Amino acid sequence: MIIELGHYALVLALATAFVQAALPIMGARLNDRALMELASSAALACFLLVAFSFAVLTFAYVTSDFSVRNVWENSHSLKPLIYKISGVWGNHEGSMLLWLLILVFFSALVATFGRNLPETLKANVLAVQAWIAVAFTLFILLTSNPFARLIPAPGEGKDLNPILQDIGLAIHPPLLYLGYVGFSVCFSFAIAALIEGRIDAAWARWVRPWTLAAWTFLTAGISMGSYWAYYELGWGGWWFWDPVENASFMPWLAGTALLHSALVMEKREALKIWTVLLAIMTFSLSLLGTFLVRSGVLTSVHAFATDPTRGVFILAILVFFIGGAFSLFAFRASRLKSGGIFAPISREGALVFNNLILTTATATVLTGTLYPLVLEALTGDKISVGPPFFNMTFGLLMLPLLFAVPFGPLLAWKRGDLAGVSQRLFAAVAVGLFFGCIYYYVMNGGPILALFGIALGVYVIVGALTDLALRSGLGKVAGNVAWRRFSGLPRSAFGTALAHIGLGVTLIGIVAVTAFETETVVEMKPGMTVDAGGYTLRFDGMRNGSGPNYSEESGHFTIMSGGVVVTDIWSSKRLYQARRMPTTEAGIRTFGLSQLYVSLGDQISEGGIVVRIWWKPMILCIWGGTLFMMAGGFVSLSDRRLRVGAPTRAKRPKTIPVGAAE
Amino acid sequence: MNRFLLALFLLMASFGPSFAVNPDEVLADPALEARARALSAELRCMVCQNQSIDDSNAELAKDLRVLVRERLVNGDSDAAVIDYVVSRYGEFVLLKPRLETKTMILWGMPILLLLAGAATLLVASVKRSRQSRGTPLSDDEKEKLKKLLQP
Repeated sequence: MIIELGHYALVLALATAFVQAALPIMGARLNDRALMELASSAALACFLLVAFSFAVLTFAYVTSDFSVRNVWENSHSLKPLIYKISGVWGNHEGSMLLWLLILVFFSALVATFGRNLPETLKANVLAVQAWIAVAFTLFILLTSNPFARLIPAPGEGKDLNPILQDIGLAIHPPLLYLGYVGFSVCFSFAIAALIEGRIDAAWARWVRPWTLAAWTFLTAGISMGSYWAYYELGWGGWWFWDPVENASFMPWLAGTALLHSALVMEKREALKIWTVLLAIMTFSLSLLGTFLVRSGVLTSVHAFATDPTRGVFILAILVFFIGGAFSLFAFRASRLKSGGIFAPISREGALVFNNLILTTATATVLTGTLYPLVLEALTGDKISVGPPFFNMTFGLLMLPLLFAVPFGPLLAWKRGDLAGVSQRLFAAVAVGLFFGCIYYYVMNGGPILALFGIALGVYVIVGALTDLALRSGLGKVAGNVAWRRFSGLPRSAFGTALAHIGLGVTLIGIVAVTAFETETVVEMKPGMTVDAGGYTLRFDGMRNGSGPNYSEESGHFTIMSGGVVVTDIWSSKRLYQARRMPTTEAGIRTFGLSQLYVSLGDQISEGGIVVRIWWKPMILCIWGGTLFMMAGGFVSLSDRRLRVGAPTRAKRPKTIPVGAAE
Repeated sequence: MNRFLLALFLLMASFGPSFAVNPDEVLADPALEARARALSAELRCMVCQNQSIDDSNAELAKDLRVLVRERLVNGDSDAAVIDYVVSRYGEFVLLKPRLETKTMILWGMPILLLLAGAATLLVASVKRSRQSRGTPLSDDEKEKLKKLLQP
């Protein structure tokens, strides 16, 4: 019964979304307040209905109600509670419901926190959000219903894919979707601006916190996913340029560009058209990602062709929203005139450079991801585009951008002084090279490029600190004055610095691991030792054990340094009963920022087992850097300007037709 | 269809916990082994999803790894090994496609976009600076101005 209520709630949500999609926009046209205000209540109602529906599905999973097909297919009564809950979104239907839940959650947030928005803008934004909600609710109800029943109900479920039975699944998809779908708000704002045909700095101020929030969550989601793949798959890799990864990476790249161009628009009223276009592109890439992952087109073009209903449905959604948005843009963009003149060498110029590189990088990843599909569909030729291609093209594109990062915040608006800024960054370059050489020396050589890679990372970090130091007048004024200035700097300045520092830290991690990682593959028998990263590992033997729904074989390793026992590692292979599927649980030990990674292979001879041991120098920097980026995002979100800036403006006329302001 | 099933089966098998490179495959000469590893990272495991033969533990990947090592031991250059593998398995095996007519757009995209973007920016900035400087008064306007200024 409760299952049917959940299903019914979803149908009601669809009806509410239809109302929210149609009436407020009419209200905005007719200037009817009652119709416009309907948007907020509809958005809240829709959120509550979808939340109820989601809660019902979760309930079905927790109580292992195998009469629900979706639960039977993806759960098992012996599964630990946390995986029963996370299993809700560990499958197609459930994850689409989560997608929808987050979408209407964002609509509800706009309805609640958007009190200061101009009435018509708010009504239009919520209406566009509802269009998206209608499309995806229809998709779920028509092609991917999670509430379908099975009669008679089976006694036991088929269990969740063991690779997904991990804390990673509990955290990674919700974070990723908060990012992915969060960009829908920016998209809706862009479409609303195009519908109204006007846009100004206040618009950018309203869009920026949503962009920042979505970007921060997406950063967290991608980073979390990368770490999950690293420890769960047992290959020791942390980024594979897999199409599914690219699908989330593209909105991140475009979102990063959007974050920067919205800044220019807010401060200088320039780049309006471009910002609107980027907002549309970012969410379009989120939709494209959903299509790529959910339609099965990536597995193979043929898999897509065998069951095309879902794929074709999402493709239709994709074409409608992306096509519609771009046509609207083509018709209306000319009405948005840009203001704010600036010289090429200026902070605006630096941000434009950032946008140029990031957009090109996004397009490169997009082409690389889709090219094999398109080429095969058009000519029948099969080619592969893999990590070597992406590393080369993406790496080359990022180099100039990374070098330019510290310049951005140091250049003045309108007209900057390149020579002066270069002089101020001289210290950062010197410190970078110094650390690069030191690391090179400590590592006893290695590829010379690694030296410059580390130097570049340190330079980006010191460059970000240089900005804070200069702004607080460090070295020019007395210490306590500098401190007072420093603590008085706007939070967004710290946000920028933190995010840029994070970029540098991640880069250092990537370079160090790529250049100095060591890998040993050996067959080990108890008592044998292997050296890795200055430590000695001794294999002690195997032990059998079991968990709630799996059995495992674990190998024990003692780690010694200079003959003294430091710590130990357990590394396991598991076999999950329900699916008879084996997984590796790599043994990982952290030493400072570096890690020892031990993975077990096949048993070749009696008592001997193949062991793969990696030494991953500074690898934690890769994800540590993203923590800095997230911290930057949150600090920036708490900036006074974003919290109270809009309300003070709300008293004055909020949007001036741009033509009039020229 | 049978081939598809086989591929699917191998794909499933590749999720297993055994590794890609096994100790019995490793070459005695470390320099040669390093080259073999570098080459393996560029070659696709034909039956896997987006995995190089270096990462994959499918049977076919293993055969290919052994093949690469055999060629290297026989004294082939890196390019010769790649050419040989391509001649046997087709271009699909290359994770970094070669620059050809059909991959022109793929390789050209970054450069093309950078140039197009830079050109657009240049045009826009020239236009804008001309706008901001304004156009000088025409003779007619000068005449009018003179009239207006004269009492």
